[in-house]
Amino acid sequence: MGARATTVWFQQLINGVSLGATYSLVALGYTLVFGTLGIINMAHGDIFMFGAFFGLVLVETGLLSAPAMLVAAAGGAAIMGLLLEYIALRPLRRRQAGHLTPLISTIGVGIFLRSLALQLFGPDSKSFPMALRGGSYRLGGAVVTQVDIVILTAGLLLMLGLWLLLSRTKLGKAMRATAENQATAALLGVNTEAIIAVTVMLAAALGGVAGALVGLSFAVSPTMGLPYGLKGLSIIVLGGMGNVPGAMLGGLILGFAEVITVQLLSSSWRDMAAFTLLFLLLVVKPDGLFGRAQQAGGRA
Amino acid sequence: MKSVRVVAFAVALVAVSVAAAVAWLGTEAAYAQSAWRFGAVLVLSGDGAAYGNSQREGLELARDTINAAGGILGMPVEIIFEDSRGERTEAVNAVLKLINRDRVLAIIGPTYSPEMFAAGPVADRARTTIMGISTTAVGIGEIGDYVFRNSLPEEGVIPTTIRVSKEKLGYRTAALLYSNNNDFTKSAAETFERELRTNGVELVAIETFHDGDTDFRAQLTKVLQANPDVLVVSALYKEAALLLQQARQLGLDQPVVGGNGFNSPELYRLAGEAAEGAIVGSPWFPGRDDPLVQDFVARYQERYGRVPDQFAAQAYDGLMLFAEAARRSGNPTNRQAFRDALAQIRNFEGVTGVFSFDEHGNPMMDATILQLRGGEYVEFK
Repeated sequence: MGARATTVWFQQLINGVSLGATYSLVALGYTLVFGTLGIINMAHGDIFMFGAFFGLVLVETGLLSAPAMLVAAAGGAAIMGLLLEYIALRPLRRRQAGHLTPLISTIGVGIFLRSLALQLFGPDSKSFPMALRGGSYRLGGAVVTQVDIVILTAGLLLMLGLWLLLSRTKLGKAMRATAENQATAALLGVNTEAIIAVTVMLAAALGGVAGALVGLSFAVSPTMGLPYGLKGLSIIVLGGMGNVPGAMLGGLILGFAEVITVQLLSSSWRDMAAFTLLFLLLVVKPDGLFGRAQQAGGRA
Repeated sequence: MKSVRVVAFAVALVAVSVAAAVAWLGTEAAYAQSAWRFGAVLVLSGDGAAYGNSQREGLELARDTINAAGGILGMPVEIIFEDSRGERTEAVNAVLKLINRDRVLAIIGPTYSPEMFAAGPVADRARTTIMGISTTAVGIGEIGDYVFRNSLPEEGVIPTTIRVSKEKLGYRTAALLYSNNNDFTKSAAETFERELRTNGVELVAIETFHDGDTDFRAQLTKVLQANPDVLVVSALYKEAALLLQQARQLGLDQPVVGGNGFNSPELYRLAGEAAEGAIVGSPWFPGRDDPLVQDFVARYQERYGRVPDQFAAQAYDGLMLFAEAARRSGNPTNRQAFRDALAQIRNFEGVTGVFSFDEHGNPMMDATILQLRGGEYVEFK
């Protein structure tokens, strides 16, 4: 029994990491847009869903390549991000709309995208071909799939890349300056409109990759973005709004909280217990794990 | 002599009434005795039109089969079709029209349970038999003495599923996994739990999830620890497919018994090999090795160009049940005798199975137990 119980816990550890890694991937895109624009992009979950469909459509043409699939997802989603910026965000910014207005307009974009996907692809779930999903490995009695490893690696690499971009590059510096104060950044010669467009596209591309990976691991359907969108949102609150490592860690915490609830309590408590834990963490650290008061978008 | 006049007037009045009544009854008898006249209230347009049209095809094939064999007691069967468009008020209006204007002997339909909950009491008050052929909600037969149905609800399929699968597989312990934010899968899970316990199977794990969930590994790892002899899953095909894949991946290679979600061909398309061997009960199976079924499927296919679905099969059996009741009651205008004859039917052999009514007019029949083999459903033996 002892050996068996250890194996079970080891398996649950792997389950928690792989579940948490998918949440983290979704949260990265959210946190990037919030950190730069101070906007919660409610259409992120639906761009995530379209990313999965872009990947699937490419694979269905017969090109069975995971990297090509991810590029298609990132590219397609980035274009959607650009459209989102030009259609739903920039006009509002030009008219000096309040803080809640872009929130509502992105909700509208989300609903539009979901309906569009329903029209284009139908309500059924679809799955990627088995050949692309790869197999699984046995690790000390526990099972870990290739897709899980890819998701975790992609999450860590993207987090690292994003952190390097923001802290070490000129583009990152411009993004941070825009986040700090748009007017001042513009005065200092930063093309803030272009920087914002690039940021929204980058966040959408991250969402697209996340969607394609989650779709690869599970299934693709027009409503797949809804639960991930909500969880991604909670995670950036937990991690500290706009904080990149916070989004990564927040995702893993939520994943573990869910898995541990199922193992120790009951599966019907899964979401309730996980969100209670989030709430308690926020009571202790109201600005999130890595949050600083002034980091709330740099615009507040 | 005032009183004499009054009496004479009264006698005349009675005589005239009796004559009128006799004349009226006479015309009705002459009018209706030439055929067995039934009504059918179906969804023939709008969203559910596909269901209603399958039902119409099933009924027409049954009608023509009966009439080609010389009708019932030498009289042909007539069906008057009414379109309810899936709406309760339309269904009630159609039932009133069939009872009062068309003077039908009995009514088949309506297609949906909510329509039946509205129209059933109306027919019952008019003492006219009404029989649902696709209504699976709880409490249809209980509406009244004149309300019947021949459609087996999921709750009626599960007892057979568990009894037969336990007999063949001999499992003693089970894990039950179900979606608990969906009325259908939850109520089916409760029936599964009851039937497992009735059959002496110990439930070593009960795990839940939600519609829309994608990662079931935490729950499955717990099931792995409990190590049951069989997995029982009540979920829609989408969640069931992902759950099966993850179960097989984690090394849960026990046999799987599923609820109605497993009846969808989508399950295999999505789950692939992971769904191989899954067992599910179904009220209708066109591939059954029975000459009655094969003859029906062949004739339906010849006439309509496709394999009959559950709606067509239950409609076909519905009219055949009416024909049996008509034969036994012998009178195409006596609604009471027809109702009593229908209620008496036991062990009627239809294309969906061997059929009896319980005391409320709900069906008692064995479902067909199927197994997924190489992407096809075959009878589980």
